[in-house]
Amino acid sequence: MLAARAGCVYPADFDMTSNPTASFTLQRRHLLGIEGLSPDEIVGLLDLAEEFVVLNRQVEKKRTTLRGRTQINLFFEASTRTQSSFEIAGKRLGADVMNMSVSTSSVKKGETLIDTAATLNAMHPDVLIVRHSASGAAELLARKVDCSVVNAGDGAHEHPTQALLDALTIRRNKGRIQGLTVAICGDITHSRVARSNILLLQALGAQVRVIAPPTLLPKDIERFGVEVHGDMRRGLEDVDIVMMLRLQRERMNGSYVPSVKEYFHFWGLDEAKLRYARPDALVMHPGPMNRGVEIDSAVADGAQSLIREQVEMGVAVRMAVLDALSRTLPGNSSNA
Amino acid sequence: MPDPRPILLAKARILDPSRDLDTKGDILVADGVIKDIAPDLTAAGLPADTEIVDCRGLVAVPGLVDMRAFVGEPGAEHRETLASASQAAAAGGVTTIICQPDTDPVIDDPAIVDFIMRRARDTAIVHVHPMAALTKGLEGREMTEIGLLGAAGAVAFTDGTRSVPSAQVLRRALTYGRDFGALIVHHTEDASLAGEGVMNEGELASRLGLAGMPKAAETIVFERDVRLAAITGGRYHAASLTCAESLDVLRRAKEAGINVTASASINHLTLNERDVVGYRTFFKLTPPLRSEDDRVALVEAVAEGLIDVIVSDHNPQDVEVKRLPFSEAAFGAVGLETMLAAGLRLVTDGRLDLMTLIRAMSTRPAELLGLPAGTLRPGRLADIALISLDEAWILDPTSLKSRCRNTPFDEARFEGRVVRTLVAGRTVYEYV
Repeated sequence: MLAARAGCVYPADFDMTSNPTASFTLQRRHLLGIEGLSPDEIVGLLDLAEEFVVLNRQVEKKRTTLRGRTQINLFFEASTRTQSSFEIAGKRLGADVMNMSVSTSSVKKGETLIDTAATLNAMHPDVLIVRHSASGAAELLARKVDCSVVNAGDGAHEHPTQALLDALTIRRNKGRIQGLTVAICGDITHSRVARSNILLLQALGAQVRVIAPPTLLPKDIERFGVEVHGDMRRGLEDVDIVMMLRLQRERMNGSYVPSVKEYFHFWGLDEAKLRYARPDALVMHPGPMNRGVEIDSAVADGAQSLIREQVEMGVAVRMAVLDALSRTLPGNSSNA
Repeated sequence: MPDPRPILLAKARILDPSRDLDTKGDILVADGVIKDIAPDLTAAGLPADTEIVDCRGLVAVPGLVDMRAFVGEPGAEHRETLASASQAAAAGGVTTIICQPDTDPVIDDPAIVDFIMRRARDTAIVHVHPMAALTKGLEGREMTEIGLLGAAGAVAFTDGTRSVPSAQVLRRALTYGRDFGALIVHHTEDASLAGEGVMNEGELASRLGLAGMPKAAETIVFERDVRLAAITGGRYHAASLTCAESLDVLRRAKEAGINVTASASINHLTLNERDVVGYRTFFKLTPPLRSEDDRVALVEAVAEGLIDVIVSDHNPQDVEVKRLPFSEAAFGAVGLETMLAAGLRLVTDGRLDLMTLIRAMSTRPAELLGLPAGTLRPGRLADIALISLDEAWILDPTSLKSRCRNTPFDEARFEGRVVRTLVAGRTVYEYV
């Protein structure tokens, strides 16, 4: 693999026009979650993604791995960045990509999901990227179709490509994941990002803390093997990575937390609170951010922020996932 | 104001539940604090200009801390102001009032907490700490800024005489408040079950033709709350329990180690539903006065320490809302000035010892609220009530300091009264 790290200094003899050469294969048809992935599989995906990071910075970004393949982005929940990231990833690998946004408001979800699956399946797609507000929706869909399914977020369950892109971002900036202390802060209860990240970071040997008001901590969260904190100052002590989560607007006004003002006062990441973390701590956020709610602009746009880089890593990681899954698709030459 | 002269309370019976102390001796008060306590302080020499108070026959106790007093300021100053409530308190030996948030505007914003504290500092002669609303506008739907309100000075959180109907809302508030150490004080009454009731449900209500409030309206909510306290680990306090059934629930909760404490009001410890006879609206209370058996059970619960706190439940209501047919009259009675005297009835009857009474009226509430009161330890603020145990007197309602006269002890005979009250070393009340 390439030694692409922070600053991205390439070796002098590096051929900027070469295609990535790695041939990591994910020995499974679907990517439904981080749960069940071995550390080797995670590292394999991250190594492969490093190559796509390089490719994505070239003028010629196209590859032919998925030529002739059909990728459908099936989004039951609105998403700008994840959907466009998957779309670009698929297109750069040569797939025909179709976006389907389905409103869930007016239909009975369970029925529609299976009906939609059957309909789509009849069109012979090769990869389905699915986002749904219900936990377990991706798994249900995977059981009903013949193609690969990638979970792009199911309810409060998992968002595996987000965890992978976060891990890639951390590894490129810190050189490792093993032994780091990562604090995940905010609405843990409703966050699929938190769940996938806890699983992945622990699999690779990081210490994970969660910091949140008790109303935003799921029951028995300490049994996930994480350290639980209510107080930001104590929770951030000696932390290498601060991962902020988005707080949904409907949860800010008295239901889970009393107000934006109080939430920002106690749990919003500003420069004062960030000083409790290690001096070289880095800040992440899966986006979209609520500035002045969970994160202060000075921190979001500051020198310790990796938030922009996360978006770049998102495309590379999704290309790696599609590439690695494609090798097990029927008809693939390397799978013959 | 200049610092008051040093005071020597000479030859008093000194009773301090915070140290289980019951002894005879002198207390020297100077610079606002208790300087020293010893059998005889005159021998060692006193500061110049010390006022010596002969306390033979008197008991010095920590000033009372009343966890539940409704004050009309801001919004209903015609009923009570912080100033008039504090004068009533001083006359009753109460040195700390916890005012309730059902004002207009409601105390649900840190700025209003700040207003109350500044207003009390400028106008009140005893310490005043506000409880803040538990839910915004006391509407039972959205929790208030528990962290910021606490930082501003709110000592606990309550919706006053309103119960939170939603178990989910109360659960979240208990959960959210846990890490702040917030005490959640809850009026335990199912509003739908209490319905249009105006007194305790039972034979008497039926004979009087008044709509009753069943005890179950209290016990159902209290049982629910205990279970919520158990799953959240939050700090829960029942604002006013009234019946034997609730005491069973409280006993089981405490035995199970659940973080639950409770108050009873002085009215429910000394009066019962029969006092309502004659449609006397000054006895119309929420929760309502119960049967004599319930009253006796409550007193026993105080005696064994099951009930932690005795509150005045001071609730001034003017004549316009009390001189009405019983069913239309407002709920509530004043109590700051009479709570100690009424409590002493239980001591005289041999139902309670004085130590237990003062513990429930001073030391225990101070502990629950995290206030540096309820003690006579040297070095602490000199908040002291001097009590004469055998002074017999009759309550003249026109002498009440409160702006309202809705006392259930109108013309009542008492034995024992407060003769002097000190707040931070300053004499704020003297019986002459």
